[in-house]
Amino acid sequence: MSENESGRGQAGASRVQRNEDADVLLQDPDLPPTAVDADKEDGGWTPLKIAVWVGIALLGGVSWTVLAIVRGETVNAMWFVFAAVCSYLIAYRFYSKFIERKLLRPNDRRATPAEYKADGKDFASTDRRVLYGHHFAAIAGAGPLVGPVLAAQMGYLPGTMWIVIGVIFAGAVQDYLVMFFSMRRGGRSLGQMAREELGLIGGTAALIATLTIMIIIVAILALVVVNALGESPWGVFSVSMTIPIALFMGVYLRYLRPGKVSEVSLIGFALLMLAIVAGGWIAETEWGVALFTLDRVTIAWGIIIYGFIAAVLPVWLLLAPRDYLSTFMKIGTIVMLAVAIVITRPEISVPAVSEFASRADGPVVPGTLFPFLFVTIACGALSGFHALIASGTTPKMIEKERQTRFIGYGGMLMESFVAIMALVAALSIDRGIYFAMNSSAAATGGTIEGAVAFVNGLGLTGVNLAPEALSTLANNVGEESIVSRTGGAPTLAVGIAQIMQGLFGGAGMMAFWYHFAIMFEALFILTAVDAGTRVARFMLQDTIGNFVPKFKDTSWRVGAWICTAIMVAGWGAILIMGVTDPLGGINTLFPLFGIANQLLAAIALAVCMAICAKKGAFKYLWIPALPLAFAAVVTITASFLKIFSPVPTVGYWANHMAFRNALAAGEQSFGNAATVEAMEKVVRNTFIQGTLSILFVTLAIIVIATAIMATVRAYRTGGGPSAEDPAVPSRTFAPAGLIATPAEKELEAQWANLPHDKKPARAGH
Amino acid sequence: MSVKELIWLFKGVMGENAYQQYLDHHASTHSSEAPMTERQFWRDKTDRQDAHPEGRCC
Repeated sequence: MSENESGRGQAGASRVQRNEDADVLLQDPDLPPTAVDADKEDGGWTPLKIAVWVGIALLGGVSWTVLAIVRGETVNAMWFVFAAVCSYLIAYRFYSKFIERKLLRPNDRRATPAEYKADGKDFASTDRRVLYGHHFAAIAGAGPLVGPVLAAQMGYLPGTMWIVIGVIFAGAVQDYLVMFFSMRRGGRSLGQMAREELGLIGGTAALIATLTIMIIIVAILALVVVNALGESPWGVFSVSMTIPIALFMGVYLRYLRPGKVSEVSLIGFALLMLAIVAGGWIAETEWGVALFTLDRVTIAWGIIIYGFIAAVLPVWLLLAPRDYLSTFMKIGTIVMLAVAIVITRPEISVPAVSEFASRADGPVVPGTLFPFLFVTIACGALSGFHALIASGTTPKMIEKERQTRFIGYGGMLMESFVAIMALVAALSIDRGIYFAMNSSAAATGGTIEGAVAFVNGLGLTGVNLAPEALSTLANNVGEESIVSRTGGAPTLAVGIAQIMQGLFGGAGMMAFWYHFAIMFEALFILTAVDAGTRVARFMLQDTIGNFVPKFKDTSWRVGAWICTAIMVAGWGAILIMGVTDPLGGINTLFPLFGIANQLLAAIALAVCMAICAKKGAFKYLWIPALPLAFAAVVTITASFLKIFSPVPTVGYWANHMAFRNALAAGEQSFGNAATVEAMEKVVRNTFIQGTLSILFVTLAIIVIATAIMATVRAYRTGGGPSAEDPAVPSRTFAPAGLIATPAEKELEAQWANLPHDKKPARAGH
Repeated sequence: MSVKELIWLFKGVMGENAYQQYLDHHASTHSSEAPMTERQFWRDKTDRQDAHPEGRCC
């Protein structure tokens, strides 16, 4: 035994220099194998397996044909589900496996950080199925529910294709690669990896970009909530009730019954349902309407103050319980929505490609299909924000290296499916109503008559909106009006309410389902606002700490408050700007959200490309380079259009100059701005938006350029230094995918039969 | 999948098994120090989150 150990020690030492030798890591001879033999892994192709995959491919092919080529009056929602799910299965089985075998080559003989750094807390081996749920709850939020709704303006086909193709070749690849590389580096964050791989300039640019991108993302998410709650006493009441409910849950977990997470989540969920129902009662009373009907500016200020308090309060009191509630709702509602769509199978009458795909004047979000479809739908297809979750938190909990494919690639496929369901829900509502809800108040005047005149005046084939349709629907969902409820959330809520009332309760329950949907979207967004502000505060403290060391001490109250205030002021200013924007808010700001998110994705993919190059994997460099090139072209084109386009609806600066010239000419009103004050607002807002566009694109170009330089340098020298942690032999085994293969089951049985004192520590079943 | 497994999965995803996981880890390290009590563990966990916030995505 002692000989054995010294031998292992030497082998380990020489391997530190050459990480790729990890596949000959010596295993403890007293333990069963820690990895399945590569040749036994799949058990080969049997006729049954071939038949199943041919079946999946045929069903997927037929579904895409129905969606893309067959032109009937309507198309059933099931074709979307089949097309997406079959494509995901094929991509997961073949493309992600290809990436695994050719590019990443995970090695189950190597211990993961959860094993070699195990502390039972942050670094804790977690069952792959549990971790999949954890990771999914962390990456999926309101993003995939909002973008697809707005992109439905271009018809159903462009959005569907981008969500499915985008996730397969870009989004899931990014998540998988970032997660794997972070795992090989002890769970390091994207920022740390950027600094290591791209050097000081690239790393600093990536850090500033991440910070500003977080500010803009939090601001626009908050704007979605404000738009959903404005002039809605029911919504304001039930969403504000989430705060006392979360506080109660926090106290319950801290003092009454520590650790009873599911119990308190169930209690919280019951209280949440009560809050939704009670919101309906309150919206019926005179005092309730008087008390809870708030204008959007007031709500925005409420969220800003709430955001500051939530970020400085201890986590146990508000953030942690709210997160439990949000996770609970996430899993529940997504399962519910999938079941409802499969059972009700709504018919969709929206055209495959609408008039607005090729025009720049779409009322929901301006701009032509290329590049604006690809920035309107970010989450669900390619979301850079995921790189922050896929590095850091999840990699510290992965049990075996090969599980990264299931958790990283597979987790993102699930988010993409959520986006498809949101798209289906939005497409299932009448097109006239869709445009009445999503055109800005500047266009509709905020009245039913104005909306009817505007929507019917768009000249869309098959759209003939009657005023009664809008008033009946508003009445059914328990709102004063549904005209110009922009931001995507209310539209999705109407879609979900229509689908759900077909299952439970009929038209009488529509108001409940509408507010249920608003509630969970608000809950996801507010959780992201809290957590985002907090994370951004720590990043800012760390950055300022480089110049004023005292700021590095995160328990220093004054520093924490200053940095929180700076971050909240940053997103709060953009939020107020969006709420008071005479041009609408969502339609002018949402492209910035998508551009910011995709730029972050470009940064993450650039870091991955540099890492692959340093590994010497030039033959398969196209795997990260292809989505990087696409994301770079899309975001840089979109940014340039936002900066240089002469069309005022598209270009921020063109609009800026148009309004400035109008002011200089002494005009009293211009375009959608009815007063001089509104015109001045447009001049200021477009200046800020235009400046942010320039900042983002400059930072992204710097990061991508440094990544390309690092890649070229690595190519010339045939590779580069690896920043991976040294390989440590693993002493545990677990299957890689959702379902264990026969070879994996055999190994699991061998491990289960080990004498008790030799078994490795693992989460108890 | 049995009901028992579903409950286990649900509790795992919600994060309820964190204390058990910590106890298992503690037992496997054969540490001479007594493990934290359940109350201490959850306090420690949220206090650590105070200093190391986790992002939540959009």
